[in-house]
Order: sequence, then C-alpha cells, then structure tokens
Amino acid sequence: MWRLSFMQEGNSELPEKSIVPVFDPAGPYAGSITILSWILITMACGVLLIVLAALWVALFGGERIRKKLGGAKAVWIGGIGFPVVVLTVLLVYGLSLTRNLTEPVPRTAMRVRITGEMWWWRVAYLDGQGRPAMIDANELHIPAGQPVLLELESNDVVHSFWVPRLSGKLDMVPGRRNILPIQADTPGVFAGQCAEYCGGPHALMGFVVIAHEPAEFALLMAGRRTKRPAGSAEGAALFRSTGCAACHRIAGTDANGMAGPDLTYAGSRRSLGAGILPNNRGTMMGWIGDSQSIKPGNRMPPYKMLSAAQLQTLTDYVRAQK
Amino acid sequence: MRLLHALTLLLAMSCKPPPAEMQHMPQADPARGKAVMERVGCAACHEISGIRWPKGKAGPSLRGFADQGLIAGRLPNRPDNLAAFVRDAPAVVPGSTMPAMPISESEARDVAAFLYAGRK
Repeated sequence: MWRLSFMQEGNSELPEKSIVPVFDPAGPYAGSITILSWILITMACGVLLIVLAALWVALFGGERIRKKLGGAKAVWIGGIGFPVVVLTVLLVYGLSLTRNLTEPVPRTAMRVRITGEMWWWRVAYLDGQGRPAMIDANELHIPAGQPVLLELESNDVVHSFWVPRLSGKLDMVPGRRNILPIQADTPGVFAGQCAEYCGGPHALMGFVVIAHEPAEFALLMAGRRTKRPAGSAEGAALFRSTGCAACHRIAGTDANGMAGPDLTYAGSRRSLGAGILPNNRGTMMGWIGDSQSIKPGNRMPPYKMLSAAQLQTLTDYVRAQK
Repeated sequence: MRLLHALTLLLAMSCKPPPAEMQHMPQADPARGKAVMERVGCAACHEISGIRWPKGKAGPSLRGFADQGLIAGRLPNRPDNLAAFVRDAPAVVPGSTMPAMPISESEARDVAAFLYAGRK
C-alpha cells in the first residue's frame, strides 16, 4: 500500500516501502496479540504437516501402518484426545496472554471517542466527565508510554478500528460503545485502516495515530485549547459562501456543520482524505477541486466551479487552521 | 520502393529529434522520482503513467508526458524547464494554479525523469 509512504517522514524506522505492518508491535496490547498470532501460525503449520503425513501414509503407506492408522484407537487419540488437549491449553494460554486487553486501565488514562462514519473517523477527546472537550477527525494524538482508552462507536454501518502496531482490531457497531485500549511505547506515527467493509471507498478509509513525548503532547493540547480563528477574512467569507461551512466545523467561527470532518486543526494534520494522502497545499487543492477523482463515492461533492484564485484562497484558509 | 521508405523515414527523423535524446537525463533516477511523487501526492491532481492510485482530475493528465507540447502551455518541454516547474510552478509560470511543491532540486529532476519515462 504505497499510500503509507508519506507517513515515513521523520519516522526512519519504517522500511522504504511498507505495507501496513501487522507483525510489528509498538506497544503492550499489540505485543501480546502478535505473540499469540505467531504461536497460532506455528501450531497450524505443525498440524498441517501431521495431516499431510497421515494423508501420505493413507495413500502410499504399507498395509500394516495403514491398518493401524485406520483403527478406532487412532481416531480417539488423533481425532478427539489431541485436539481437546491442544485447544484447551491454547485457549487458557491465549486468554491469559491477552489478558492485558481487558484489564481495567487507570482511571486517569486519557479517553477518546472515535466514531466511524462513511468513510472517515470522528475523533472527540473527552474530559474527566466523559464529555467531548476537543473535536478532531481522522487523526489521533496520544502520549507515548501510557495506555489510552478508545470508545468506539458508529453513526451508520459497522466499521472496524484497527491500528495494527498499537492494538487489536475492534468493530464499531451502531448503537453500541466498544472499549479498546491502545498504547505506543515510543513516539512515532502509526497507520490505521478500517477493517470491516463499509461500502464504496472502504479501502480508502485510513487513520493516523501520532504518539508524542508526554511533555510535547501536553504542549500540543494546551496550544489547541487556546486556538483562535486563523486565516484571511476573504477565505472565511469564501468558506461560508461556497457552502463548506454547511458540512464542516471550524471552532471559533460560525462554520459549524457536523456532517463532514471537523476542520479546526485541518492544517496541522499529517494526512488528507482520512489517512490516504499527504497533506500539503497541492493535495489540498486537488481534494477540494475534485475529491471524487481521488476517493470515488465519498460524500464531498467536487468543487469544479471554483476559479483558480478561489481554490487557492480556500486552500490557504483551510491550511491556516492549525 | 524500399529507398522511398528509407527516405521518408529519414525525412521524418530530421523534422524532430527523437524524444528520448532530447529528454535524456543521465543524472536523474525515475524510480526515485516515482517515490518522491508518491510522498508528496502529485497524483491527487494528476493522472500519471505508472501510478495506479489516485488519478486526480483537478489538474491535467500527465500520461506520456514525453509527447507533451508545452509545459503549462508556456514553456518548451525540456528537462530543465520541467524540473523547475514541478518544484516551483508559480515562479516559472506566473499565475500558475499549481502550487510550489515541497521537493528539492535533485528530487525535481528525478520527478521530471519519471514523467518522461511514462508511456501513454
């Protein structure tokens, strides 16, 4: 998936061309899942070898050994005894290994509500009382080395939240709130992806998690809390008159649409279009001008009626929102 | 008859130098250029040979750019012009809608080489 290549800036750990790294845990929750996955894969390979060997004996083996293998004793041992013992051991071990995923997280842990939408993510940082304190979209900032609790919800169909390096995948079911802990041990950028088919552009429903040093994270959040309206008055007027404000909110202005992603911090986002494109002036112009050619079927209409100057003004206005 | 064919061919060749020679960029690396284009997302606005997704329509298609006449309708389609344009379009063609892109000069040459390497 080349579209992740833009995330590698300042993240030298990732290889030159990376697919979503599934077996490369960056925290304790993903860690236990990865260990269990390797054990399951190894054991499945072992069982496959045993079955293939038995098949070979059944086809080409000698008379005596075939008779032995076809007896009731072999069925009792190989068909019932062996699976019961192995699967029971595996179940107990697997549950204890991944216990950390269901263990209670400290009450002081940060909570974020992430709501699946067709085909993006609504992000709400919650305060101590569980009320949304800051709204963002498609990107999550977390402090490194601490567990963060995610409340996963959906506004339309079933989505599945998955950032493979930070935790397991968990469905977002309409009308339910599922809790998923995530943690990154060190600062970095981690790609996510919707893992449950949710319609047309499902494959282009990505997510970005950015883990910071705790002090740096506190600074970032403090800066966001004191955010003032930014960008030119001309841009703000255009944002209203072309209809952007009907779907997009920018805190501190009268743009308060809730149908599309919140753009209060759009200029500081690492990605565009829900984790699928790098965020720079050029890609932003392309997205506003004709997002349908980039992410066909998404709910933002193309704005082909804008003049080049209008497109530039609008782009600069959105990019000024940090 | 064969002579006539050969003469026609010779005549055709003398009209225009073969694009491969005119657009030869010995120091640039098309593969690196492709990686640069993916990193900054050129395809958000342009359809580009060799890049499967996206195929943006906000800007013109760049498929088979070696055969393109003028760059942005203004500049002769030469490697130096193309490399300068993809890096800082408004500086080279004032009034250009395409913004300056966050790439270095050598990366811009790689991008130009990749565009020339693309087939229709």
